[in-house]
Amino acid sequence: MHIDREKCVACGNCVAVCPMGAIYVDPAIKRSTINYDECVECSTCLRNMSIFCPVAAFSLEDVAWPRSVRREFSNPQNGHPSTGITGRGTEEVKTNDVTNRVGVGEAGCVIEFGRPGVGARFRDIQKVTMALAQVHVQFEKENPLTFLIVDQSTGVLRPELLNEKVMSAIAETKTRIQHVPEVLDAVDRISREVDTVLAVAVSTRCDENGEEKVLSALLEEHGYSYKRAKTNLGLGRATNTKKGDRA
Amino acid sequence: MTHTLHRNGDAASFGDDYVLLAIPARGYNDEGSVEKLRTFLRICAAHKPVNMGSGDLGAYHPSPGSATSADWKREPDYEKAIASVGKPNSVAAEFDSKEKLVAALRDVIKADLGISINLSHSVEGAHQCCRDTDIKRHSIEYSLGFMDRHNHLPNSQVLEISTMCGHGMVSHNLVEKMIASVKENERTPEEAARYLACFCPCGVYNPARAKRLLEEARTRQR
Repeated sequence: MHIDREKCVACGNCVAVCPMGAIYVDPAIKRSTINYDECVECSTCLRNMSIFCPVAAFSLEDVAWPRSVRREFSNPQNGHPSTGITGRGTEEVKTNDVTNRVGVGEAGCVIEFGRPGVGARFRDIQKVTMALAQVHVQFEKENPLTFLIVDQSTGVLRPELLNEKVMSAIAETKTRIQHVPEVLDAVDRISREVDTVLAVAVSTRCDENGEEKVLSALLEEHGYSYKRAKTNLGLGRATNTKKGDRA
Repeated sequence: MTHTLHRNGDAASFGDDYVLLAIPARGYNDEGSVEKLRTFLRICAAHKPVNMGSGDLGAYHPSPGSATSADWKREPDYEKAIASVGKPNSVAAEFDSKEKLVAALRDVIKADLGISINLSHSVEGAHQCCRDTDIKRHSIEYSLGFMDRHNHLPNSQVLEISTMCGHGMVSHNLVEKMIASVKENERTPEEAARYLACFCPCGVYNPARAKRLLEEARTRQR
């Protein structure tokens, strides 16, 4: 991201807009300035410039690897080249009625880093992927973060990424339902060592009557509370005439 | 994409917050899905949602311009959001009452689009909507909330308003600024809520709930 100092009038409207708090008015030059180490290239400033910047001072800069990973994981309109999906780049159980991504007796354990509004460095994300690898989860292959894991048996990420910061990333894993408490315990332990916030979700299939009493009971037994959920209504079906590489 | 799952608040605070999502599965039913996604949004638009979007453009998204404008004061543009569906991706509509959601869902079921439909809401509230529409739930993803060991997050008043954009495009600082501007009577809660909704590019931000929360924030201590 770039701010044109010739245009900027230092009104300061952009300061509060930045989700990472990476924009400030530099008193030395009296212009808005970006802290590039903290900027995650989410484009919130550029996308909404017309409602806060009186001089349209923001423009997009080309970014090279590995910084480009910031844009892929932070701008929901950018899309992930690895999965072809915008947003966070993963379908999770939203398409489970079609893909059977999480099967009967299985649970998805989804750990999101940096959300809400904190951001995360890959060095912290790696601490969690390594902890997850130790409890023998299966990393979801159609997930952008999985593409960055060098060795799924250890959870180690590509080394050149470790200092890059992103708005959020999702570690999407699968295990047997009875192993969910072990996975959550591992995440809880490692969460104390990471300098960001984690958002945690678990998913599973409902039974033939649309009821789900196994995972919810397990969660309650281990002291986890849940208020909100995303419910897949089971209205989807495979209709493609050509079989894709995933089908 | 878990962009509506981790909204902050207790179950009661989701009484005016129902998100209905449609998403094709890549490699399974994405062929020809763009028109189905548009149909989904058209059906939802008929039931007076409070927001909707394609993932590329939300109904409150500001028009590109070269100077600040009163664009954020305009009404949501559902036709523009529907027309913006250009590729197989998730689309969503946001309702502020169970009655509207159930009516829209009944029409979505009738349309038999064949793509996955999800409801993001409180666990029990969503289950009740399924019972009301004779739907047997297929899968469920529970939010267990946030693990914030180093106190990065702001207070719950801010979080309830900011987390309605799950992609994090509505900054905590901007929410604090809007709360302050409402308290100082610089903006009405509705104006502040609409302004915040502009920053959500997917159209899942709920300006009706934001308006209520901003009204509450006006007189509430942190």
